[in-house]
Amino acid sequence: MPDSAIPATPRPDMAATSHAYFELLRRRRLYGGILLILFVALMVSGFRLAESRNAGGFIDGLPMLLAFPAEVVAEAWEKRAALPGIFIEHFPSLIETLNIAAVSTLLGGIAAMILALLSTRGLARWPRLTGLFRRLMDMFRAIPEIVIALLLIYILGGGPVPAVIAISLHTAGALGKLFSEAAENADRKPVEGLSSVGATWSQQMWLGVIPQVAPNWLSYALLRFEINVRASAILGFVGEGGIGYDLKIAMQWGMGRYDQVVGIFLLLFMAIVLIDRLSDHLRNRLVKG
Amino acid sequence: MSAVDLSPTLSHAVATRFARRRLLSLGIPALVLAYLVYAAISFDLAGLAGRARMDNASVLLSDFWLHKTHVTRQNRTGALSVAIDGEAKGTYPADRLPDWIAHDDQVTTIDLGDGHQVTYLPGGARYDVPGYGVIDIRESADGLQLTAPQPLPDWINASDTRVSVTTDAGRFAYTRAKAETFKYQPGWAMFFFALDSPFHYMSWPQIAASALWGDRVDPSMPNIAAMARDFWNNPMWRHGDVIWAMFETVLMAFLGTFGAALIALPLGFMAARNMMPFGPLRFALRRVFDFIRGVDGLIWTIVLARAFGPGPMTGSLAIMLTDTGSFGKMFSEAFENIDEKQVEGIRSTGANGLQRARFGVLPQVMPVLLSQVLYFLESNTRGATVIGAIVGGGIGLLLTQAIQTQKDWEDVAYYMVLIVLTVMAMDSLSGWLRSKLIRGE
Repeated sequence: MPDSAIPATPRPDMAATSHAYFELLRRRRLYGGILLILFVALMVSGFRLAESRNAGGFIDGLPMLLAFPAEVVAEAWEKRAALPGIFIEHFPSLIETLNIAAVSTLLGGIAAMILALLSTRGLARWPRLTGLFRRLMDMFRAIPEIVIALLLIYILGGGPVPAVIAISLHTAGALGKLFSEAAENADRKPVEGLSSVGATWSQQMWLGVIPQVAPNWLSYALLRFEINVRASAILGFVGEGGIGYDLKIAMQWGMGRYDQVVGIFLLLFMAIVLIDRLSDHLRNRLVKG
Repeated sequence: MSAVDLSPTLSHAVATRFARRRLLSLGIPALVLAYLVYAAISFDLAGLAGRARMDNASVLLSDFWLHKTHVTRQNRTGALSVAIDGEAKGTYPADRLPDWIAHDDQVTTIDLGDGHQVTYLPGGARYDVPGYGVIDIRESADGLQLTAPQPLPDWINASDTRVSVTTDAGRFAYTRAKAETFKYQPGWAMFFFALDSPFHYMSWPQIAASALWGDRVDPSMPNIAAMARDFWNNPMWRHGDVIWAMFETVLMAFLGTFGAALIALPLGFMAARNMMPFGPLRFALRRVFDFIRGVDGLIWTIVLARAFGPGPMTGSLAIMLTDTGSFGKMFSEAFENIDEKQVEGIRSTGANGLQRARFGVLPQVMPVLLSQVLYFLESNTRGATVIGAIVGGGIGLLLTQAIQTQKDWEDVAYYMVLIVLTVMAMDSLSGWLRSKLIRGE
C-alpha cells in the first residue's frame, strides 16, 4: 500500500494554543484578583459596620481584653486553697451537663438512624417520601437549639428536659444527614440477599446495612457528642441547669466570687479536653479498625 | 459427601465469635436502656408532669398564629376603645372601627362570629350564646345582677363584682369599672401596615391599584415608596429593626468564619509537620489550638463581651477566636495529607518556599479548606443566634427579649420563621458553593 493513503495529521498550531492558554490564564487571574478585592472590601466594610453598631470600639477594647481575665485569675490565685472544694461542689452540675449531652446524643442518634434510612435513596421504606424526610431533617437542623429550649422552658419549667429535647432535635437533623450520606455508600448486596430470603425492611436494615455503616456512624456520633457537650454548657448559661447555669450565677456575683468562676471554668475546660481526647482516640480506632 | 469438614478448632472459634456477637447485640441496647432509665431518674422525669404548664403551651400555640382584639368600654364615662392586643399602638381610631363592631352613642354591638354576639347597653351588657341562651348583666345598687339560663355552666364565672364568660368564640368580662370583650382572629395583625398607615384600610387589590396608578396618599412620594416606608417603620412588628438584627447575625457569622480562616491559614501552615521544620513552634501552636478549642466559645464570648461591650463586633470576634482553634487544627491536618510529588515538582524548577506553598500546596488543599470553611459558615449562622443572645446583638437578643416578656409570642414565631429561612438559605448557598468547588469551577 502506498504511504499516501494515510492522511497527514495536521501539525497543531503551537503558537495559537499557547496564546489561548495564556489568555485563559490571564482571565482567570483577573477574575481571581477581582474576587479577592471584593472579598477584602466586604470583610473590611463589614467589620467597620459591626464595630459602629457595637457598644465599645475595637481599639478601645483591646487593652481591656486581658484586664478581666487578669482580675479573675488574680483573685482566684489568692484563694487557690479553696479550688478543690469548688471542684467537688460543682461536680454534680458537670455530670448533669454531660448527662444532657449524652442522653440527647443517644436519643437524637436513634432518631437520626431511622430518619437517615428512611431518606436514603435505594434503602428507603417508602421511596416516595424520601424528600419529605429530608426536608424534616433540614428543619430540625435549621432551628437553633436555644429557640426550642427557651420555648420549652416556658412550658415545662426549668431543668434539664428542655435542653435535652432541644439538643436531641438538632442532633437528629445533623446526624441524620451525615448518616444518610454514609448509608448511600453501603454495599447493597447484603440487602438484596436478605430480601431474597424474605426478610422484612427492618430486618434488612438491621442485619444488612447497619453492620456495614456502624463504625462510620459511631464515629460521627462521637464527634456530635463533643459538640453537644459544648451546646449543653451554653444552653445552661442561657436557660438553666448544668454547669453553664452555675457559671452564670458565679459571674453575676462578680467580685469576690471569681474563685468560683475560675473553678467552674477549669472543671469545664478539663472535661472538654478529656472528652475530645477520648473521642479522638476512639474515632481513630473505629475508622482504622 | 457434600458436608464441609471443619476442623474442631476452627468451628469452635466461629462458635465463640457468634456467641460474643450475640451477647454484644443484646448487651449494647440493654446498656443504653439502663443509662436512659438512670438519666430519666436523675432528670426527675416523673416530677415533670407536675411542673409542666399545659395552659402555657396552649397560650403559646394559639398566640403563634392568632391575634386578639380588645373591645373595652369604660362604664363610668362610656368611652369605647378597640385595640389589638390591648396595646396603645394597636388602637383603632374612633372613626375607623372594624366592621364587626356597630357603635352608636348608647349601644355597642360586637359580632364574635358563629352567632355569638355581645351587646354593651347603658348600665349593663348582654351576651347571646347560640345553643345556650342570653346572658344578661344589669348594674344595680347592690352589685351585678346576672340573668342566664340555669344551672350556670362552668364557663361562666359570676360574683357580685365580676362576671366573666369564656367561649370558643372569645372572652367577655364585666365589672363595675369596665366591660371588656376579646375577639380572637387568625393571622398576624397589622403585619404589613399598622393602623396609622392609610394602606391598612385597603384590600390587596386596592393596594396594588394604588401602588400602580392611584392618587398619591402622601404628596411628597409615590405610593409604592410610602408603602415601603410604612412597612419598614411598622411600629408593631418593627420590620426595619428585625431585618437589621438578622443582617447583623449573618454578618457576625460571615466576619467570624472568614476572619478565622484568614488567621488560621498561616498558623496551620506553621503547625503542619511537613511545612514547619522547627519542632517546638509546631508543638506550641498545636497546644494553642487545643487550648482555644478547649476553652470553648461560651467562655471566649463572656471574656470578649467584658472588653468590647455588647454588639455584633464582639459576637464576630468570639466566633473568630473559637473557629481559629478548629480551623488551625483542620488546616494543619489537611496540609499534612497532601501529595508531596507536586511540591517536589515545583521545587525542581527552583521555586522558593513561598512559591512552593502557593503553587504546590495551595491548589491541592484549597477545595478541601474552602468546603470546611463554608460548612462552618452555615453552622455559625445558627450559632450566631446563640452568641447574640449572650453578647446582646442581632436576632438572638430580640428573640430572648421577646421570649422573656412571655406575651409577644407572635413576635417569637416571626423571628423563628426568619431564622429558619435564613439558616436554610445559608445551607443551600454553602452547599451550592461546595459542590461547585469540589466538582471544579
